[in-house]
Amino acid sequence: MSLLELKNVYKIYGELHALDNVSLKVEKGEWVSIMGPSGSGKSTMMNIIGCMDKPTKGEVLLDGVDISRESARNLTTIRRDKIGLIFQQFHLVNYLTALENVMLAQYYHSMPDEKEALEALDRVGLADRAGHLPSQLSGGEQQRVCVARALINYPEIILADEPTGNLDEANEEIVVDLFHKLHNEGTTLIVVTHDPEVAEVAQRTLVLRSGRLAKEIVNENFTGKIHFDESEGFRKEEVKAANGIQQPEAPQKSGKKKGGKK
Amino acid sequence: MFWRMIRGTLVRQWKKMLMIAFTIALGASLASAMLSVMLDVGDKVNQELKTYGANITVVPKSASVLSDLYEVEGGQTGAYLQEDELGKIKTIFWAFNIVDYAPFLDVNVTADDGTQIRCVGSWFNHHMELPTGEQLDAGITSLRSWWEIKSGAWLDEQTAGDSAQLCMVGSALAEKYGLTAGSTIHLTGEMSDQTLTVAGVFDAGGEEDDQIFAPLNTVQAFAGLDGKIDSIEVSALTTPDNELAERAAKDPGSLTVSQYETWYCTCYVSSICYQIQEVITDSVASAVRQVADSEGAILDKTKLLMALITILSLIGAALGICNLVTASVMERSSEIGLMKAIGAQNGIISGLVLTEIFITAIFGGLLGFAAGFGFAQIIGHTVFGSAITMKPMVIPIVAILVVLVTLAGSIPAIRMLLHLRPAEVLHGGH
Ligand SMILES: Nc1ncnc2c1ncn2[C@@H]1O[C@H](COP(=O)(O)OP(=O)(O)OP(=O)(O)O)[C@@H](O)[C@H]1O
Ligand SMILES: [Mg+2]
Repeated sequence: MSLLELKNVYKIYGELHALDNVSLKVEKGEWVSIMGPSGSGKSTMMNIIGCMDKPTKGEVLLDGVDISRESARNLTTIRRDKIGLIFQQFHLVNYLTALENVMLAQYYHSMPDEKEALEALDRVGLADRAGHLPSQLSGGEQQRVCVARALINYPEIILADEPTGNLDEANEEIVVDLFHKLHNEGTTLIVVTHDPEVAEVAQRTLVLRSGRLAKEIVNENFTGKIHFDESEGFRKEEVKAANGIQQPEAPQKSGKKKGGKK
Repeated sequence: MFWRMIRGTLVRQWKKMLMIAFTIALGASLASAMLSVMLDVGDKVNQELKTYGANITVVPKSASVLSDLYEVEGGQTGAYLQEDELGKIKTIFWAFNIVDYAPFLDVNVTADDGTQIRCVGSWFNHHMELPTGEQLDAGITSLRSWWEIKSGAWLDEQTAGDSAQLCMVGSALAEKYGLTAGSTIHLTGEMSDQTLTVAGVFDAGGEEDDQIFAPLNTVQAFAGLDGKIDSIEVSALTTPDNELAERAAKDPGSLTVSQYETWYCTCYVSSICYQIQEVITDSVASAVRQVADSEGAILDKTKLLMALITILSLIGAALGICNLVTASVMERSSEIGLMKAIGAQNGIISGLVLTEIFITAIFGGLLGFAAGFGFAQIIGHTVFGSAITMKPMVIPIVAILVVLVTLAGSIPAIRMLLHLRPAEVLHGGH
């Protein structure tokens, strides 16, 4: 049984089909990227998988449970127990320290455990920043706190919606390396990204277009490491083409990379 | 963690929280002030009505007309009743219903420091042996039974003898001149001066606290008004008025003979008044209870007004809180969305927000309560001329009101919080 299975999922806003008959499977331990032009329904899909939204039609099986039928309360419990979320805007609580932000996830899950939270920060390389407030951390560091918070309760799936959208290349690499570690530990990863470099490190890239699954690219020489060498990036061109944003891609990317810090 | 979160919000949103505390303080202060005034003044007046012996006053006809026209106090009009007619009151048809009465004579005297003092002559426990063989001790000892004796005792006319020159002094006056039982005060009237010995100090809770009460003949001597009095207070047992009594009170002449007889032979206040007027020359007897009743009605209206002010101020506070709490929750919507996203159930988040608000509310409530206590004293002194004792009952009532208002004010924010969908606020950034 797949860890996650979407069967003919629709999300309809009035006339707009944000998701249009999407079916897919994600196996346990898999690392999947999702790409697609803006408005193609990536976040919509992530919200549904992340138990934060319900599909208009169709079934979403997470660990064999159809989450499209659950109450809001149960969805919160499922999200708490099975899902780790990473956001583009980090969403740290700004009056809590890095450590406390991680402990907050423990608090809602079970019991805050300072030692364990410190270990999680250590894993993302921020043990020495435990007492800092988000405003005292760089964007990359904030995102790493966010990763530590997402993994603290040993989720089955980590969902990241444009995790590197606000980061520069150095921090992007650190975050991708963290994903690689998590992948090696057996965590299932689903990462939405506009960045082909981030997308292509995954085992599989799904391309959405206008709410439909347009393309699936399998990474045969999967290493989990980011390649910055343009010459061997044949796949990158393919991914870019699939994304439908050949030309605007470059300026859009550099624009984003300016804002390492909010 | 919970408290850490609460501290975080309270510190970060201290301005909003201060506004909430202030709003609650305002509501609570009004509520506690109004409630304590309502409860205390209500009690005071009720007690007075219950123990208020006299239900009929008798004044000279001209004084009555004048005081009706100009609302001046009787006594300064130059018209007097005759002391020697007092006994006739016990000879009227309803004599047995007259349980107590006392004459009054108000004069102004001057203390040695030049201050004018109102000196009232009256009976204290005047002993009467009536032609019917009935014996009666009449006077203000029973007609003013609610007076609190602060020092000494009630002046006892029967044991004092005529030459004793005793008096009773109101508490405010006694305080001013440092008088206690046994001290003396020298007073100069229009015609004579006398040194009076204080038999007792009383607290009447009203304007009488600034007056001196002395036996009738003493006061008559001050002003050279031997045998004169300017009013009589009568305490009579009466039947509640009905339509007939009301009609008769306006004009007994409008009744038919049989109606007149029924009226005359029923102990309505108006018929007793009528009969008193028949025996006391040139007098007007009127029911005091009517005055007391209208005072009661005004008091009820005042209380109603205060209750309305309280309710309105509480509604205002609730609306204010509602605005502020909603703004506070809205400001934190992405934080709340995040909490939900990482697994916080609605209950935990509502608990968090409510705890914050209630900590603020307790703070504001205490502040408001203290302010309200002061406010009540101000109202008490300016409006009712006496201090307001804070009833312990006010505390739980205000506490409950604060809780209700805070809850009511938080409802919209909590509803918003419950309906807040994490997906909407967390992806709002792009
Ligand atoms: N709550 C909503 N009500 C109406 N339309 C919505 C709502 N949420 C999303 N949409 C629409 O659904 C479509 C898909 O949105 P979605 O956020 O999934 O796009 P995306 O692929 O994440 O885009 P981006 O790359 O810009 O983040 C968009 O056209 C969006 O306008
Ligand atoms: Mg998106």
